[in-house]
Amino acid sequence: MSEAPDPTREATVDEALALKLTRHEFERAVDALGRPPNVTELAVLSVLWSEHCAYKSSKVYLGGLPTSGPRVLYGPGENAGVVDLGDGWAAVLKIESHNHPSFIEPYQGAATGVGGILRDIFTMGARPVALLNALHMGDASRAATANTLRGVVAGIAGYGNAVGVATVGGELSFDPAFDTNPLVNVLAVGVVRHDKLVLGRARGPGNRLIYLGARTGRDGIHGATMASDSFDARQRAARPTVQVGDPFTAKCLIEACLEIFDAGLAVGAQDMGAAGLSSSTVELASRARTGVTLWLDAVPRRALGMSAQEMLLSESQERMLLVARPEDEAAIGAIAARWELAFAVVGEVTDTQEFVVTHTASFEPRDGATRPEAPAVVCALPVSLLTDAAPTYWRPCDAHARREDLWGVDIEALAFEPQTDLVALIGSPELGSRQALWRQFDARVRNGTVVMPGAADAAVLRVFCEDRGARYEKRLALSADSNARVGALDPRLGAALAVAEACRNVACVGARPIAITNCLNYASPIRPAAMTQLRDGIAGLAEACAALGVPVVSGNVSLSNETTLAQGLRAVLPTATVGALGQHRQPSDLVAMGFRTPGDAVFLLGPNDDPRLGGSAWLTRKLGRLGGEPPGLDLAREAALHRVLLAAAERGLLRSAHDVASGGLLVCLAEACIAEGVGLTARLPGSPSAPGLCFGEAPSRAVVSVAPAVEGLVRALADAEGVPMTRLGVAGGARLVVEGLVDLDLDALAAAHHRCLDALFEPPGAPDNRPETSNNQ
Amino acid sequence: MRAVVIQFPGSNADFDARDALGRVLGVHTATVFHRETTLPAGTDLVVLPGGFSYGDALRPGAIARTAPVMAAVRRHAERGAFVLGICNGFQILTESKMLPGALTRNAHQRFESRDVSVRVDADGPFTAGLRGRTLRLPVAHAEGRFVADPETLARLDGEGLVALRYVAAEGPLAYNPNGAMRDIAGLYGGPRRNVLGLMPHPERRAEAALGGTDGALLFHAVSRVVASAGRV
Repeated sequence: MSEAPDPTREATVDEALALKLTRHEFERAVDALGRPPNVTELAVLSVLWSEHCAYKSSKVYLGGLPTSGPRVLYGPGENAGVVDLGDGWAAVLKIESHNHPSFIEPYQGAATGVGGILRDIFTMGARPVALLNALHMGDASRAATANTLRGVVAGIAGYGNAVGVATVGGELSFDPAFDTNPLVNVLAVGVVRHDKLVLGRARGPGNRLIYLGARTGRDGIHGATMASDSFDARQRAARPTVQVGDPFTAKCLIEACLEIFDAGLAVGAQDMGAAGLSSSTVELASRARTGVTLWLDAVPRRALGMSAQEMLLSESQERMLLVARPEDEAAIGAIAARWELAFAVVGEVTDTQEFVVTHTASFEPRDGATRPEAPAVVCALPVSLLTDAAPTYWRPCDAHARREDLWGVDIEALAFEPQTDLVALIGSPELGSRQALWRQFDARVRNGTVVMPGAADAAVLRVFCEDRGARYEKRLALSADSNARVGALDPRLGAALAVAEACRNVACVGARPIAITNCLNYASPIRPAAMTQLRDGIAGLAEACAALGVPVVSGNVSLSNETTLAQGLRAVLPTATVGALGQHRQPSDLVAMGFRTPGDAVFLLGPNDDPRLGGSAWLTRKLGRLGGEPPGLDLAREAALHRVLLAAAERGLLRSAHDVASGGLLVCLAEACIAEGVGLTARLPGSPSAPGLCFGEAPSRAVVSVAPAVEGLVRALADAEGVPMTRLGVAGGARLVVEGLVDLDLDALAAAHHRCLDALFEPPGAPDNRPETSNNQ
Repeated sequence: MRAVVIQFPGSNADFDARDALGRVLGVHTATVFHRETTLPAGTDLVVLPGGFSYGDALRPGAIARTAPVMAAVRRHAERGAFVLGICNGFQILTESKMLPGALTRNAHQRFESRDVSVRVDADGPFTAGLRGRTLRLPVAHAEGRFVADPETLARLDGEGLVALRYVAAEGPLAYNPNGAMRDIAGLYGGPRRNVLGLMPHPERRAEAALGGTDGALLFHAVSRVVASAGRV
């Protein structure tokens, strides 16, 4: 790659195939251009037409998502979604995957995933205020899984902590399907005043393209193509395609950009992410229906002898492209100098609707060298060819992707030992405490985290929005959820359940769900079975968002999460990760998950009549594999539950609320006891000896505790919505007692819960943190 | 009291310090960029905030020590005026030799973010009236393990300069979050104990909405000293 003798040599179809374009796609480009592209143009085409950049397999279905609503200021298509928070302020929200890089190089893959999603937020002028992550790892008993998880967690911590954005929540699950394709999804949210929003548009011919941030090196070249491909046994050799993150430069870049935006010096901005300079310039021009000319001779570099292709495709991190009026160049340069960032005018906006790149192969821009006056044009492509005309496919699909062949399981034949099973589940890596992760993430920076991770069903943030003497306190709630196991049994249901759970979590903390962001993690779209999972997953997402009245404002699709091994193909469980953003009306609406006051009455809100165990943690554990018929989802019931939770929270009637999710009702009760160390004496209604009622994961349910005096008020709200409200028992004491099923000391339960990830994070022989006082006294 | 918070490139809890001092406690608080060579006239308290100044290049605090503003901070401390170094600020103070010892990688080699209990073990302007009291404060650091040679440790204890020590608390986690020698969480220095460095973050625990007000006690204490003694 470092040798690029003639960047304008005509490309061949074989070169296109080597860059993962198809013969048909190459011919399509030749037809559109009326000539074969040259090798530089082909390289640009190959990344902009990659699955990662062009969404070519998913685009035809993504249009079915509900994306509008009275509070949506900008939906999908921008760098991130923008939702109104009132008083002239908005939240900016997006989730993205960094799956492929995180397997190849866990620390840097995850770290740059954090960096990438943060850039999407501050590119729009928003101050990033929180991060969440959704991690799906392989079999928890494998050493390789522990190694990947430790690397990923350290990478998220290493980047997020240093860049100064609080990591406040997320999810972690394990399944052998993720052994060679772990999922690392990172969600970020920021806040911005409406009139300070910056869009990714190269407006105004004659305006300048300004490069800001880190210098360009050879890292991450063809990362977008790598991320669009599946793995085989040689994937670790792809390590050079993984970028290396520098949170220090990112922190300086955030501060510099927000200063520039606040001073109104930029008319547009686009971060350099996948496919680097080529993608960012093309996107800027495409959204504004303009053209751009990019002067590669001006690009700040950190390597010698970089070819045009290398500069165009480098995915070096912490780089930003601004569009600015020529007269504002100097002011932007001064801010860049103050933050010690590379700064250069690297091009201009044109009215040609063409993407033109100039370069002088022999030129090294160092030691104050003067740029050559007549660089060669190495690329001249219509912007629309790279974007609107990128191929999209209706890929072959099956009728449906449900795995009904796995649904039939003889539950009666399985040993049902409520107490033993509960202790095993609550202490399992799948369901236990996430303290081992939270301890590595700075959740408090910027003084905005109102409840610590794990203390409530969703993360809750307080943001002071201040401008010109006015200060508004905004309270945001965030949850990131998925249901990969049900997704594997029924992809449409799994995606819909993820929406239901994310919104339910937000409602449980007393916040109204106002926006959804989603990250779709699927296998290769070339295989009809996997393509059907994607199609049905999007359908499930769409129907759940529509029914719950929450628009999708941003998203990301990650395909080809599969690996060809000697023993056959291994694909990820189809996983739609859903991030829900909610807003509290007022600080007092906040409800945490733990029982708090002895004597409070504990109720189940929602039905308890669906014993189906398919995809549940209990059944998966008993079977040693995925199986069973999954529970149903009635979205009207789900919406009604949310309304009851919100009405009760906003009237101050709830002491606690915790949704029934992974692990089922008994695990939910145990978690509500462990959270604040307040026990429960309860009796389950119906026939509690059925494992489905103890450990089934049917949706649309939450456990709440209320002061006895207000029980009637809560019941009136539930009755008005037709939501069943069943008395379970009374909070208090130091034990979890469920009549005929469980009688456990809370300390023992909590100890099992807290130790669940020890085996993954504290390998035998690792140094512990015993103080050394005894040696030194 | 008039406070300034120094902003180095890579500082990130400078916001938290301004938030606690300015918004919560109503103290006049300004930001001073690392390239300044003087402090605003009338500055009573200088806060070196938490974060990753200069990306922790070389060692945490090693580059910040050489920042233009640090000469002014040193003069401020040498004349007995108040300097508070929190987390990375504490690291900058030890790198600057304004406090003894060093803050090294946590014994367990990981970033550690959680609440700890610390006991106030020394009198001084930031802890006036608090000696013997246990405070609940958050920590968030990868390099907070205080180390020093035996003579220095003996001197620190002998002169009563150990301001805060990690002490046992309920819960499953080790009480000392990083393996610091003699459980040292915070140290006094300067000609009249006017310099305090500590690993916990008092500015993140200064209001009930963030889980408690123990952190505010340190700011209130120094503020009272400033009010009664006048400016130095």
